[in-house]
Amino acid sequence: MMRFALAILALIAGPLGVGQALAQQAMPPAPYAYVQLENPVLEAEASALMETLRCLKCQSQSINDSDAPMAGDMRHQVRSRILAGESPDQIRSWLVQRYGDYVSYEPEVSATTWPLFAIPLLLLAIVGLVLLRRLGKRRSDGIDVGGEAV
Amino acid sequence: MIAELGLAALWLSTALAVLQMVSGALGLKDGGNSQFAIYARPAAVVQAFLAVLAFFLLLYAFAVTDLSIKLVATNSHSAKPLIYKLTGTWGNHEGSMLLWVGVLALSGGLLAGLERRLPEKTMSATLAVQGFVALGFYAFLLLSSNPFERLPVPAIEGGGLNPLLQDIGLAIHPPTLYIGYVGLSVAFSLAMGALMTRQVNPNFAKILRPWVLGAWVFLTFGITAGSYWAYYELGWGGWWFWDPVENASLMPWLAATALLHSVSVLAARDALRTWTIMLGVLAFSMSMLGTFLVRSGVLTSVHAFAVDPERGSFILALLCLYIGGSLVIFALRAGSISEGKRFSVTSREGALVFNNVMLSAILAIVLLGTLYPLLTEAFDVRVSVGPPYFNPAGAIFAIPMLMVMAIGPLLRWKEDKPARIQFELALVASVVIAVIALVAILGDYGILPVLGLALSIGLAIAAFLPLRGRRLRLVPVATWGMVCAHFGVAVALFGMASESAFTEEKLAAVAPGDVEEVSGWTIELESVDPVAGPNWTAIEASVLASRDDEAPTRLAPQSRNFWSPPQPTSESALITRWDGQLYVVIGDQAGVDAAGNNRWQLRVWWKPFVTFIWYGGLLVAFGGILSIAGRVQVDLKRRRASAMGQERRDDLDALGDADAADGPVSEPAE
Repeated sequence: MMRFALAILALIAGPLGVGQALAQQAMPPAPYAYVQLENPVLEAEASALMETLRCLKCQSQSINDSDAPMAGDMRHQVRSRILAGESPDQIRSWLVQRYGDYVSYEPEVSATTWPLFAIPLLLLAIVGLVLLRRLGKRRSDGIDVGGEAV
Repeated sequence: MIAELGLAALWLSTALAVLQMVSGALGLKDGGNSQFAIYARPAAVVQAFLAVLAFFLLLYAFAVTDLSIKLVATNSHSAKPLIYKLTGTWGNHEGSMLLWVGVLALSGGLLAGLERRLPEKTMSATLAVQGFVALGFYAFLLLSSNPFERLPVPAIEGGGLNPLLQDIGLAIHPPTLYIGYVGLSVAFSLAMGALMTRQVNPNFAKILRPWVLGAWVFLTFGITAGSYWAYYELGWGGWWFWDPVENASLMPWLAATALLHSVSVLAARDALRTWTIMLGVLAFSMSMLGTFLVRSGVLTSVHAFAVDPERGSFILALLCLYIGGSLVIFALRAGSISEGKRFSVTSREGALVFNNVMLSAILAIVLLGTLYPLLTEAFDVRVSVGPPYFNPAGAIFAIPMLMVMAIGPLLRWKEDKPARIQFELALVASVVIAVIALVAILGDYGILPVLGLALSIGLAIAAFLPLRGRRLRLVPVATWGMVCAHFGVAVALFGMASESAFTEEKLAAVAPGDVEEVSGWTIELESVDPVAGPNWTAIEASVLASRDDEAPTRLAPQSRNFWSPPQPTSESALITRWDGQLYVVIGDQAGVDAAGNNRWQLRVWWKPFVTFIWYGGLLVAFGGILSIAGRVQVDLKRRRASAMGQERRDDLDALGDADAADGPVSEPAE
């Protein structure tokens, strides 16, 4: 099924791809788009952040997983801001301000996302209840049956 | 002519589906005495033949690039290599739906042709349901996605296939996945048939089991193949993206996994009757939901779906009809099926129930995370749900499940005392704790990868514990299947955890002659040259990679540009070792260095034990195959024994008849 994702991705990226190839010849990608930071600690910080940022032009890929020029630019932004001493959270909120919540994969409880957190909690309760009913009752039944057997 | 033949075959199949449905329903009504009931089986078999024929006709049209057919003209190109012409048949909406319907008809035909053990009435009901499901999808194919549509004027050249799909992965992944997806339709029909005729019992479970196992093996293999394909094709080393399309294949797998365990309990212990039926309905519902998500266009954008809703609404209507209908029948009939045999919480059934509930909960999380963004988008709020959500939310349920999975197979049926397996419990628990401690000392890793590593090692040991103290030659083949599949889960989990904890990445701009290092590997860019293929041009890097003192291995990653349709792709180059994979990708040109040489973007990853993910998936699928083989073997043996018994009884009867003939003489003698 993955190929459909790819196909859709291609539909979006296809026409852009041509323009991108032309644009790239004219303009090299931003320095930190494809180059890591020297400091491994900062790079790890940047990398962890980039894994949770969405490539806006791709289908379900983080900017850390994408060839799209926009993802490259965003990687450059993240790395140079980390290098400038900003914290990952600051960078994330800056990007969210610019592109909206959509850019961040890191879930945060808000007016629009609370069901994503409430439903799993509810699910946890349901699972507990189902198990208690199916297994808990059985145990007492089992003892009853045992009692009868004796 | 080919296209018209294909279309005719499809219409005939549709008519046969109607016949199958009506005949099955009449058989159900009159208790198998109706004259019309006999048509259901042959209708299903002939229908299978015709639908598969239609698919092969389309395949032929793609093979010869018949540009008078709209579908071929839009999606194929005469310059493509033959293998991609063939696989391109299902690399588009109409063709893949035809494959879907072909597999649906084929599984219905196999069921009708091979299955003789079910009571006739149940079989009639099952075939009626199968025909009803098939009818809906034939209608969808013929009315809104006709693959054989002609162009008024044949095209001069085709539009070509998406380059990402021009890979051997397209030959393997979609067909296997579809066989799994649609194979679950048989489980669905059987479950509905048994529910309607009140035949939910161990015999029914034994009949259902090979179908579920078969579909599940194909699903497992298809998902594994798809994951590896995405891994090497997308060029960034990711193997699972929690993409809605991937989730669409994961959800039926989760339901089928729960179903096959539940079926085993029903077959062995006559317990969990309603559960099994419910899961049978759920598994195929998830298949259809996946088809809706992928085929309706709702994923690209909810708004795109709203603009051109024809196909989407069609599948949505089918989805509501089938899922809603089956749930109504379930609600009406579930009360009449008793729960079945009882068991205590510390029993093998207890562990299986626990894990079934956990699998269902993971399924619910995946479903929520997949549908929620679509839901909010309909209200113009865009939300991203990705790995940072799915991983921890899924882990809440996956971790207890993996723990119970380690000890469940050690427990006895019906009732057991935990004290009996305290040695095994202590062994597995101490291994898990030791690994957590060890990894925590060695470095600073995320909590999920550490838990994954520890659980995988504990689980790998636990997988073999059911064999302890048994004479290995006498262990049934099906038990070996379970051991193999559980060990496969451990292996895959180890690969996933190891990849996410220990991967080393190196991104650099290098000129020919430059040397980079990553995790003990020395990587030298030797040269970069242009190359050309049948329908693409590329720049190919020659990279020398070596570890320790070994002779360097030459790698040739490419950055390709296809011209029809125009699109760039990265062809990664891999070195596979027992302890991991080196993943090398060449990117675009990146300026010049100080000496004036051209520099190129080079991306290199060392991914320790990443291959275990797919070895594990293959082991799981192989375990399923062993299990089927074991069951079939036992079944054949039993059938032969009962046939021999029958023969003997017939002989005795014949003797008895002979005796009876001269009875008056012999009887007093006895």
